[in-house]
Amino acid sequence: MLKKLITAGFVLALSTTASNAREQISIAGSSTVLPFATIIAETFGKDPTIKTPVVESGGSSVGKKGVCEGIGTKFIDIGNASSRMKTKELAFCDKNKVKLTEIKVGYDGIVVANSKKGKVLNISKSDLGKALTAKVAINGKMVDNPYKKWSDINPALPNVEIRVYGPPTTSGTRASYAEMVNEKGYCKKDKDAKAALKAAGMKAKKCRAMRTDGAFIEAGEQDNLIVQKLQEDPNAYGIFGFSYLDQNSDTLQGAIISKTAPTFENIAGNNYSVSRALYFYVKHQHMGVIKGIDKYMDKWVANWGDDGMLADAGMIPMPAAERAKYAKAMKELPVLTADMLK
Amino acid sequence: MNNNKPKILTANEASKIVESSVIKRRKKDARLKTYGRIAIGLAVSFLIFLFVSIFSKGIPGFFQYYVTLDVYLDRDRLDPKGDLSPVSLYNGDARSIVIESLYKVINPKGRKEKKAAKKIISTNADVRISKMVLDDPNILGKTIPITFAVDDDIDSFLRGYIKRDTPSSERRINDTVIKFVDKLSAENRISYKFSDYILTGSASRSPEIAGIKGAFIGSMLTLAVCFIIAFPLGVATAVYLEEFAPKNRITEIIEVNINNLAAVPSVVFGILGLAIFIGIFGMPRSIPLLGGMVLALMTLPTIIISSRAAIRAVPPSIKDAAYGIGASKLQTIFHHVLPLAMPGMLTGTIIGMAQALGETAPLLMIGMVAFIVDIPGGVTDPGTVLPVQIFMWADFAERMFIQKTSSAIIVLLVFLIFMNAAAVILRKKLERRW
Repeated sequence: MLKKLITAGFVLALSTTASNAREQISIAGSSTVLPFATIIAETFGKDPTIKTPVVESGGSSVGKKGVCEGIGTKFIDIGNASSRMKTKELAFCDKNKVKLTEIKVGYDGIVVANSKKGKVLNISKSDLGKALTAKVAINGKMVDNPYKKWSDINPALPNVEIRVYGPPTTSGTRASYAEMVNEKGYCKKDKDAKAALKAAGMKAKKCRAMRTDGAFIEAGEQDNLIVQKLQEDPNAYGIFGFSYLDQNSDTLQGAIISKTAPTFENIAGNNYSVSRALYFYVKHQHMGVIKGIDKYMDKWVANWGDDGMLADAGMIPMPAAERAKYAKAMKELPVLTADMLK
Repeated sequence: MNNNKPKILTANEASKIVESSVIKRRKKDARLKTYGRIAIGLAVSFLIFLFVSIFSKGIPGFFQYYVTLDVYLDRDRLDPKGDLSPVSLYNGDARSIVIESLYKVINPKGRKEKKAAKKIISTNADVRISKMVLDDPNILGKTIPITFAVDDDIDSFLRGYIKRDTPSSERRINDTVIKFVDKLSAENRISYKFSDYILTGSASRSPEIAGIKGAFIGSMLTLAVCFIIAFPLGVATAVYLEEFAPKNRITEIIEVNINNLAAVPSVVFGILGLAIFIGIFGMPRSIPLLGGMVLALMTLPTIIISSRAAIRAVPPSIKDAAYGIGASKLQTIFHHVLPLAMPGMLTGTIIGMAQALGETAPLLMIGMVAFIVDIPGGVTDPGTVLPVQIFMWADFAERMFIQKTSSAIIVLLVFLIFMNAAAVILRKKLERRW
């Protein structure tokens, strides 16, 4: 019995090293892109001649780093990301001689929402930044955020305590939110903040830090958890991707930011300002080695339109011109260079 | 120091003191007992709360709504090549055929209504037809009633989670769709029955057709690999350490390290797996073989520790008797020690495996926390495991996945209960008393 088991184990181990070639496409990265990439992978896999791609989660950094790690079937073919590749990340690719093409697939709105039982938050982007950034400008100095209630920031806002659930630091949603709202919405726009930052010799990037005094609560990577919390607590707000608001539109309402409500049309029309692009990065050296990468990309093109399956799942489509541009990039595969990222 | 002479107590006084202290001690005993009861009560109530919440959410997840349509299975359109191959059926027009038979029942007018009507039926309808045709090609050319799963939003509506009185713009489904669904239920075409998909479907982004089969098989394969590697290695280590190893510095260090390994966070083993199995040996990602190897590393310390305890529990008299009648060390171990220690070893192994069954952290590093649709056919096909499936379902935005998550948890719990029951039965069966 024991002998048989041991030999079986060895035979198994040997048989895998022998059959090292991978038949299915391997994808990894952003958990924001994952729901959409999996839809494409699943539709693609319905074709009986093809093996369904494997889509791993892990976060944007895993996608960007993973795709750059090297050439060979043990590395992933496509990296998903909800933030654009940085020159530093591309340098890692160059070091490993990996050539990539960047494909933008659509947009995702980031919403601040609360229960329908509570009040709609109608707030300017600058005030929203003030509410959650760690340090704010008061009397020309950057001090720890003193605001306890929304109405402390602006009397027009509801007289309720600031309590916002949001994703942790590992999340791309959090990073984009901090950049778009705290940094660009507040520190780079607000006069007092600009002056105070200059006086303190701080860069606007410092504003990306969220406050840690309990007004902003990290609720883990699970956006559904935040949705549940909001349904229980009408005075709490939450930060998450648009698709979760879309799915729960009967119980949750999105905050109106700078006079624009987070609706599908507003995000698609680029009126709603807190949105970011979703990307994937495809590795040139694996094209043709792993069967079907080109067909997988074709499936994106077939479904990323205004009436496509992806829009139904909550992804915001790109304008037609941009769609055409990236569909062309899929065919021509321009190599991503540092200049393109500037 | 002091000139107080020790006071001699009378019998009466002494018995009084003793009596009062006895009462105190009894009270203390009673308090301890109550604390124990409170602790058990709390644990049990948490458990009941957990079970009630999971089962009340999860049981409905095993059921779902279906719509029955009379479908004319047009041979030319379903099978354009005419060879009844899966490829030909895939290229066929099954989806439109289903939609057309739906239109016949509800008569949508205009493009907008037609578009709304399309939403009613799950995206999987074409796959269902292809499968039926492959199973029995004789149905081609006939009109037969076929039940299809309804789309997840419609399912939520029929369950009452999406309410009719919410304004149309705030609902996932608009008034037109509701009108059609009402029409279908008026014709008795809507039914609620045990899901065809939850136990036999594989991962899907459409919650109405998502199932746990892929993850379940992935879990079985991973655990099988884990057992095949960890059990022999663990037992061999335990036998060596107990029976052969000299008691010196080196074995002591090994022993301490094994005990420490048992307490290492499981994610560390994932990093180890990534560095060694993928990095150095170049194994492919996401396969149950790799997952099993990583989990084997994780369960080894548990198995070694429990196996050693089991070997130590074999009475020395039995060994002495074996040696006494001239048995060699190998004979003593294989004929006497191992069979007697086996129940304890197996129990330890099964408990270690049950732990491995619930792990996701080490699998994250090696690519098994992934969306994998194809059901793995062997240990070298990409696969995922039950806890990962639960984790992923919990994170998807579609509301029907919440029930599915609880259903998958129920399956995982049942799986665990079976494993633990197996451990108990094995122990009872093989155990010998003396």
